[in-house]
Amino acid sequence: MDNEHFKVTPIKNGTVIDHIPAGNAFRILKIIGIDEDCKSTVSILINVPSRQLGSKDIIKIEDRELDDNELNKIALMASDATINIIRDKNVYEKKKVSLPDELTGIIRCQNTNCISNKKDEKMLPHIIVETRSPLRVKCHYCDRTIINPQDAILF
Amino acid sequence: MSNLFNRDIISIKDLSSGDIDLILSESEKLIDVAEGNRKLNYLSGRILATAFFEPSTRTRLSFETAMHRLGGSVIGFAESKSTSTSKGETLADTIRVLSTYSDAIVIRHPNEGSARLAADYSDKPVINAGDGASQHPTQTLLDLFTIKREFGKLENLKVGIIGDLKYGRTVHSLSYALSMFGIEILLSSPSSLTMPPDVMEYCKTKTKINDVKLDYLIEEADVVYVTRIQKERFPDEEEYQSVSGSYKITRSHLIKAKSHMIIMHPLPRVDEISTDVDNTLHARYFRQSFYGVPVRMAILNIVLGGDVDG
Repeated sequence: MDNEHFKVTPIKNGTVIDHIPAGNAFRILKIIGIDEDCKSTVSILINVPSRQLGSKDIIKIEDRELDDNELNKIALMASDATINIIRDKNVYEKKKVSLPDELTGIIRCQNTNCISNKKDEKMLPHIIVETRSPLRVKCHYCDRTIINPQDAILF
Repeated sequence: MSNLFNRDIISIKDLSSGDIDLILSESEKLIDVAEGNRKLNYLSGRILATAFFEPSTRTRLSFETAMHRLGGSVIGFAESKSTSTSKGETLADTIRVLSTYSDAIVIRHPNEGSARLAADYSDKPVINAGDGASQHPTQTLLDLFTIKREFGKLENLKVGIIGDLKYGRTVHSLSYALSMFGIEILLSSPSSLTMPPDVMEYCKTKTKINDVKLDYLIEEADVVYVTRIQKERFPDEEEYQSVSGSYKITRSHLIKAKSHMIIMHPLPRVDEISTDVDNTLHARYFRQSFYGVPVRMAILNIVLGGDVDG
């Protein structure tokens, strides 16, 4: 996070998600559950010039610090994103998102006959990350590869 | 003690080629016990739970026979209607309870992934006896055992698989195992029932696997493995009707087959192998079905820590 962006819209407390590949900001808002009912002030910067990515998106959320589960979800969409936790206008903590080897309750198996999709079982889907680049995941239960896993994220 | 002691057997991919070799060699030693010519009590006092949420004849009864032949006992059910799942109990809860009553659980269930879920919730080893259209590893082990008994080896053979390659769980498990041993695979199926891309991709990394014409497959293969089109796996009746009866192996198909070629089938058969094939030198499906007993005896004995050396 460079100082230019703090000058534009500095936040006092909250989270800044930086280095989001351009065009993904709105999908990330959806993943972390920021919608019309959200009470926080949220700033979204789109197509910001970036030496690292060419162009990038940035999200600033006031008065909310993201938890690890939310960071995992972001890693699915933006594996190089950085998270800045802001307290009293200072960067209190800087984190890189990282995709864990297994994820529970985040990506749904696309096999409709998989036990994890049976409502009566009252269970959460569980996936195994096979490779990170390219992203390839499979269902822990039925072993099927999940095609375009970003499209199978549970909101 | 084998490293398979107390292990779950959910997918053939959970087993190494060494694990498979061990199961096959132990199966060989148990044939006379499976035939009732010798008595053993390796599993005396041990209890197997058979949780069959879907109909089965051969798999369930051969597991039960295997346990009894080794001196053990069996509890279980053969349909979900007679269990608490019909009252809304989850599979996880049913398995938690069964694992407190028994030393191992054999499960068959209509949903893919159910055996893995059961293994996650059971303190005792879980053996997958078929989960939806996914995996059926003990069928594959008895298929491999049949091939090894007939040819004395698993290497340098060509296996042709005919039928429903999309929904047939036995052919998925079998293809994984054949590729593990580098056995060439020839496939022939209706165009709407081809092998899933996942399975093809995995097998291609380990062996040759190709779609071919039926006549070519029968001429070239050392083993012709025929499967039934399983009505119960089709999402709709129309799709089933479009492929029902689309292939049938008859005696006339076998004219150009190699003299040593054997025909296998996981059974039940409907009409995909004509009964006039039954009395040819090629037919092995009924013998194959019997091999389910010694192979499941070996699996239970190894997983439950019976006397492996016999």
